[in-house]
Amino acid sequence: MQMSLVIDANKCTACLQCEMACSYEGEGVFNPTKSRIKIFPFHEEGIFVPYTCTQCDEAWCMHACPVEAIVLNKTTGAKEIVNDLCVGCKVCTIACPFGTVNYNADSGKVIKCDLCGGDPECAKACPTDAITYQDANWTGYDKMKDYAAKAMPAK
Amino acid sequence: MSWTKKVLRINLTAGTCSPEPLNMEWVEQFLGQRGLATKYLTEEVPPTTDALSPENTMYMITGPLTGTMASTAGRYSVVTKSPLTGAVACSNSGGFFGNEMKCAGWDMVILEGKSPSPVYISINDDKAEILPADEIWGKSVWEADEWLHTKHQDPQLRVAAIGVSGEKGVLYSAIMNDLHRAAGRSGVGTVMGSKNVKAVVIRGSKGVDVQDPKAFFDATNAGKKILAENPVTGEGLPALGTQVLMNVINEMGAMPTNNWKDSVFEGASKISGEAMLEPRDSDGKANLTRNGACFACTIACQRVSTIDPEHFSVQNRDDLHPSYHANSGGLEYEAAWALGSDTGVDDIDALTYAQFVCNEQGLDPISLGSTIAAAMEMYEEGFITKEDTDGIELNFGNAEAMIKCTELVALGEGFGAELGQGSSRFCAKHGHPELSMTVRGQEFPAYDPRGIQGMGLGFATSNRGACHLRGYTVASEVLGIPIKTDPLETEGKAGLQIAFQNATAAFDSAGICIFTSFAWSLEDVAPQLNAACEGEWTPERLGEIGERIWNLERLYNDAAGQGASADKLPPRLTEEAVKTGPAAGKVNGLATMLPEYYAERGWSPEGDVTADTKARLGL
Repeated sequence: MQMSLVIDANKCTACLQCEMACSYEGEGVFNPTKSRIKIFPFHEEGIFVPYTCTQCDEAWCMHACPVEAIVLNKTTGAKEIVNDLCVGCKVCTIACPFGTVNYNADSGKVIKCDLCGGDPECAKACPTDAITYQDANWTGYDKMKDYAAKAMPAK
Repeated sequence: MSWTKKVLRINLTAGTCSPEPLNMEWVEQFLGQRGLATKYLTEEVPPTTDALSPENTMYMITGPLTGTMASTAGRYSVVTKSPLTGAVACSNSGGFFGNEMKCAGWDMVILEGKSPSPVYISINDDKAEILPADEIWGKSVWEADEWLHTKHQDPQLRVAAIGVSGEKGVLYSAIMNDLHRAAGRSGVGTVMGSKNVKAVVIRGSKGVDVQDPKAFFDATNAGKKILAENPVTGEGLPALGTQVLMNVINEMGAMPTNNWKDSVFEGASKISGEAMLEPRDSDGKANLTRNGACFACTIACQRVSTIDPEHFSVQNRDDLHPSYHANSGGLEYEAAWALGSDTGVDDIDALTYAQFVCNEQGLDPISLGSTIAAAMEMYEEGFITKEDTDGIELNFGNAEAMIKCTELVALGEGFGAELGQGSSRFCAKHGHPELSMTVRGQEFPAYDPRGIQGMGLGFATSNRGACHLRGYTVASEVLGIPIKTDPLETEGKAGLQIAFQNATAAFDSAGICIFTSFAWSLEDVAPQLNAACEGEWTPERLGEIGERIWNLERLYNDAAGQGASADKLPPRLTEEAVKTGPAAGKVNGLATMLPEYYAERGWSPEGDVTADTKARLGL
């Protein structure tokens, strides 16, 4: 079963546990600037929004890469960077409409979410279930259930 | 690991920024943050130094866990000599500034001397600069924050700044970071202002490493689980914030009201955490929008709030910063009490407005509210008149008056400049020092020690002046953590205070939030430190470090003239009995507890640290 990251901004407190888990998994250091997932606080609106790669099927980044350094992981559906092939040209960072592929100046390669091989650390670290890893075919399940509860006929 | 072992020393007089190694011998004795910076202070700043002179030094310091994934591990402290108390000042803050300092590769930033003109400090990893701040001098924290983000073209820059109050010498000015988080007490912002420093901005990209990652994840995950399953850290604080206490403390008759004349506040439920959830008439929204977290915090007690758009404080006020008409850092218990029940004001929107002003201009709402409350009693008693108050009718319960005073103090103007000297100086000036509810010149927090006896001993002996965050025996006396003790009894409270004071000093030196101690003991902290750091950190060793820190602070205060002679409470708390509620008839039994405390501390009957105790602790 293919799985997908599901984000519910209404549950996010902006604690950045996800950013640290991500940076540690990817770079071996607690460093939010090296995270593939970012939390965006909108102070005046009073909301915190986690944002990361949605693993598009027809991924702009993958199509744009001139050296085929972005490949599909058929098990997880993730589009993964092959570091040995990446030349750091950054065309994928331009192609991605969402900004979720970014250049890492320390390594000279790009970085993006790879779903941690199917066990995403951000979801495990999230203390409020704002980030969960669910059946890709049923990412709307919880929302549907909430609305179903509202539509439930009174006893 | 976990310590970067690097210190950035900034001499503002000479205009230099110099890296130096962290003193790792002192780390062995004092761990980090509160303890370690206090050691630096005691070695570098003579106790008799004028706190607002260039000879005072300010230490912004992280703990070993700061910047890691341990829950709440974003803390930093500001240590200096306090202009409010003349004693040691140590104010702890969350937000995202401490972790950024660590991420940039620094354990501590030291500000010494005084700049000849307004400046701010910019730190980008190894690069540190002293830059002109003329364009933001005179601006609020929020305005400065926006200007700095624009100037550096970096939305991820972390900013700690002072407001106008800190520039103007209000003695309880705070350093605000990340807009709403405060190193709040004892006037650390005033010291920063006295050095002509408006802000410190940091951007770090190096990250923080730990000694044993596998053990670290095991230990921190175990810690997070304990926090999640604890009723205070897992339910009460996320749902209602610190305001979870308003109704609890009021119901036990320990809610100081009208400058501590009363101990039960009729309007408590109207300004409580529960009230913040109630939809209002004007727009159907509740005061509370949601809860938020500081860096790495899995508790998330922070309030994100709005003011009723039809409330007089904000209606038709185009002059205000846009955040007053939107979401901002909401009401905390200590602000709700000091600006609310202590002044008799039960208007939750007035209090939220005053909280926003405190955040925007960098003020300690505890000292502010308590000083206004003392002035209200002086006004009602006829000791001051409208001629003294810039025409303000300063009666208890007058929300407009409370707001007007808050605005004047925030700008250090007129009557506000006088209130900005704190209640001790204010009451003394007008001939009634007994009406100042302070210890060592610092205003009390929201717990009447006639109804919670152990807190009276805690206030009297607190090294930074009256404070709830030095030995929070409320946890035991009210909440039953770790064991329930009778709040109306003095027996056993000396030992209880000492245990809390020592453990708190260790928590405060580790890089984590003291709120974890509702659920964690040092037994839970030790494995996290052990996995993150080199060396062996047992609960016993951490307890001893806590005791060493407490004694070091005390020795400094002794030499600064703020030792045993200042271990006392105002007569209202030891002579005037509580009138109503569960604590009716009670006064605080400090005279009974204090000799026991001195003896159990290993101090002389006069309250001096003995040579034996010093030798035992290696001081």
